[in-house]
Amino acid sequence: MMQQLRRLKETASQTAGPYVHIGLTPNLCEISGVYPEDLGARMVNEKTRGERITVKMRIFDGAGAVIKDALIEIWQADSDGLYNTPAETRGTADPNFTGWGRQASDMETGVFTFETIRPGRVPFPDGRLQAPHLTLWIVARGINLGLHTRMYFSDEETANAQDPVLSRLEHQDRAATLIAPREGDTYHFDIHLQGEKETVFFDV
Amino acid sequence: MKNAMPEAGGFFQRERNWHPPAFAPGYKSTVVRSPRRALISFPQTLSEITGPVFGHQMLGELDNDLTLNHARPGESAIGPRIIVYGKVLDENARPVPGVLVEFWQANAGGRYRHKKDGYLAPLDPNFGGCGRTITDAEGNYFFRTIQPGAYPWPNGINDWRPAHIHFSLFGHGFVQRLITQMYFEGDPMIWQCPIVNTIPDKRAVETLIATLDMQAAVPMDARAYKFDIVLRGRRATLFENKLEGN
Ligand SMILES: [Fe+2]
Repeated sequence: MMQQLRRLKETASQTAGPYVHIGLTPNLCEISGVYPEDLGARMVNEKTRGERITVKMRIFDGAGAVIKDALIEIWQADSDGLYNTPAETRGTADPNFTGWGRQASDMETGVFTFETIRPGRVPFPDGRLQAPHLTLWIVARGINLGLHTRMYFSDEETANAQDPVLSRLEHQDRAATLIAPREGDTYHFDIHLQGEKETVFFDV
Repeated sequence: MKNAMPEAGGFFQRERNWHPPAFAPGYKSTVVRSPRRALISFPQTLSEITGPVFGHQMLGELDNDLTLNHARPGESAIGPRIIVYGKVLDENARPVPGVLVEFWQANAGGRYRHKKDGYLAPLDPNFGGCGRTITDAEGNYFFRTIQPGAYPWPNGINDWRPAHIHFSLFGHGFVQRLITQMYFEGDPMIWQCPIVNTIPDKRAVETLIATLDMQAAVPMDARAYKFDIVLRGRRATLFENKLEGN
């Protein structure tokens, strides 16, 4: 025998199930009067600095069908690349930008809509700058452990080419699964859970 | 210099064999919703180790009381009245303060207030099914609710969910984000549930089962269940470049 480390194990995950909206976006599913508004519904206000953008996302299952009962959260830096959290030590983030958004999809179309701003660049641990990106967390019925991925911007070609995360992908053709094309002020990000176009998911 | 090891490093790698695998065909919905390619790893950056922070001031007075937060004045939800309490810890066994804990559940008959739930059991007009709280400086949380009912679901022809409460938790970093479910001590339905059985290790399931605690019950009002939750722990930065507080 030897000494014990006395570490605990993380509580095991269980699926969010089909009724995740009751807990996380109750106003959207007609449970009104409990909370004044759904958390994460608004990321920006009139005073938020930076370029306003709309991001529309869809999630496809392995049979090619659009998933309509999922929930996506995003976490991103402000337009100067700072995170709105007390742990941010490089400066003070824009107080008019939360950096965190939570949306369920439209239950008919499966489209998730985030009204936000284009993020600035955030350093990698070795000091190189990462390309602007959104960090995503996806839960749904049939997903046993929340999926982590990122969204990058199609019109940041130079930054994307140097991005430390994108460039470490062994199969470089898969980087395209993380880059959202732009149409006007809207970026469209399609997430594929399986199949030939399977999105890159992270174990971080 | 502080004697405590400063925690500013990245989070421990997730033990993926402890969690249910993405593809678990006994739970049929996972078949087309499970990624098949290897997950990609990279050193955690600020995007992973930071996360949104929620203050106690955002909470309404009844946010942690599901017996009242959707009830008409003077009325309350139907069902066995319970208190659920516990501590949120990290893998280093340290309490985690400031954790937003959100929960949702079916009513005492096993029916959800959701337009996609068509189960025969009736809705309770006084029960919405959602609540939230934030852990205190010692990582403690509690809420009042009614014990939810078991319900059938379309998977096999006769699959039932054990009584359960869904939990969502935010730690201090976005990669600590966790959703899980709490079950009740002594429920024979737990071990027949295809969703529970996606978890490979029985010991991991046991940590999802809340314990009846009659010492924490409120006499003539509500029984209590204890449910502690563990989030991913952080590496100390002691062995890395900078020594904090030196
Ligand atoms: Fe459920």
